[in-house]
Amino acid sequence: MSVLTLDQTSRWYGNVVAVNGISMTVRPGITGLLGPNGAGKTTLIAMMSGFLAPSAGTVTLDGTMVWRTTSVYRSIGLVPEREVSFGYLTGRQFVLANAELHGLPDPGAATERVLEVVEMTEPAARRIGTYSKGMRQRVKLASALVHDPSVLLLDEPFNGVDPRQRLHLMALLRRMGAEGRTVLFSSHILEEVEQVARQIEVVVSGRHAASGEFGEIRRLMTDRPVQYVVVADDDRALASRLIAEPSVVAVSLRPEGGIAVSVADFGSFALRLPRVARENGIRVLELAPTDDSLESVFSYLVGG
Amino acid sequence: MNRTLFRLSVQAVAGRRRGLVLLVVPVALLVLALVVKGLADGDTGLDATVGLGFSLALPLVALLASTAVLGPEVDDGSIVYLLSKPVSRHVIAVSKYAAAWLTTMLLGALPLGVVALVLDASEPGRAAALGVGGAVAGTVYSALFLGLAALTRHAVVIGLLYTLFWEGVLGSVLSGIRYLSVGAWGREVAHALSPLVGTADVGTVFAVVAALVVTLGSVWFTGDRLRSFTLRGDE
Repeated sequence: MSVLTLDQTSRWYGNVVAVNGISMTVRPGITGLLGPNGAGKTTLIAMMSGFLAPSAGTVTLDGTMVWRTTSVYRSIGLVPEREVSFGYLTGRQFVLANAELHGLPDPGAATERVLEVVEMTEPAARRIGTYSKGMRQRVKLASALVHDPSVLLLDEPFNGVDPRQRLHLMALLRRMGAEGRTVLFSSHILEEVEQVARQIEVVVSGRHAASGEFGEIRRLMTDRPVQYVVVADDDRALASRLIAEPSVVAVSLRPEGGIAVSVADFGSFALRLPRVARENGIRVLELAPTDDSLESVFSYLVGG
Repeated sequence: MNRTLFRLSVQAVAGRRRGLVLLVVPVALLVLALVVKGLADGDTGLDATVGLGFSLALPLVALLASTAVLGPEVDDGSIVYLLSKPVSRHVIAVSKYAAAWLTTMLLGALPLGVVALVLDASEPGRAAALGVGGAVAGTVYSALFLGLAALTRHAVVIGLLYTLFWEGVLGSVLSGIRYLSVGAWGREVAHALSPLVGTADVGTVFAVVAALVVTLGSVWFTGDRLRSFTLRGDE
């Protein structure tokens, strides 16, 4: 059972702050590190895995500083986002080399065991250069698991992986978590994180935006004003009726036509809009969300 | 030294296109020697060919070998797979160095002796001395370029500029540079073993000590750089 602790950890590059005073404790089980692209997830994982020195604060694994301590790799398995560029090796040779570098007593047996875990026994005789994205991902995972680490760090493990292999990877991670390993993976997709992790840490613009059980995070993300554009045959009339609705927070007429509506409670707005329109003889021609991008969800979370 | 890392490094040199380019250098030198043998008489041809071998072919082979074992992995960040292991960074550096050194010996130093033999088979002592001198210079070059590959992504370009200008042009114009020229140290050692090889005038002891210091320093530096290897994301 290993615990990874970040204490007021910051990292900056010149004037750019990539990670800003983050404190978090990653415990056994699966933790999802959620955040939009460029939020600092890779920087955080690099610091957690000892491949980046924190500019301030500390990163420790069971009390041991991670930076410049090579012995921590006995407990850490790292799956970086970077591709395996050892295209001239076969999958088996690559995993075997990893096993040997860990000084395992029987590297050959450990290699076969882990290739079976990631279901790569058959293609393991082929060169990595010939693998699909999903296969590469699994070989990377095999190389990180070969020494049976208590901590597993994965950077965007589902990126570019086809749906079937994604399910397989997710099942694998769940199993790792259930076995009592400390598993942390990063993703910019809420649904992805939700399916695998119970504990979610949200990072936005290098700051720790939220932390908690996935249900809480989901509520935080969905219970927020959402922007819609409604186009009707009489925008002004509809706007004046909508502002009377308790579910509507703000209404404005758009210069290019249509109404921008800010909605606090989407459930009742969805029920009321067609009724209001019908009661007043207004035809709704179009209804579309305008800010459903993940970035806007995240910026809401950090109070932006 | 770590056998697995050594094996991987050898595969990195041989398994890429660079392996073929590496072969071209000694083959070209040998072809040149054969052409010179047919056209020129006496020691002039030998001096010119061996001089070219020392100042160009040997550092070029060392540069290609040293950057092949480290450069691409550092460039694309995949060295992280080797570094995320409980293995001392200095052991990694030494293992990578061993692969680069072996390649330089086989494709850089050995051809120097062979070329000398091809041009004048009556002086095997001189050929052996040139081979040993080449080995000394190659030992330093491969360490120096390995350190360069650990320091910068532009190791090949900087290494080429160093070879062409410092060891080549400036070395032949400014005599003081010989004390800081790896090629001169190698030639000095060769001269000590066979007086038929022209002296570089730096003193054998100086040449050997300088070669040792630069080699050990560069390999240690490589290990130290690897200790501080930083993984950067695309973000």
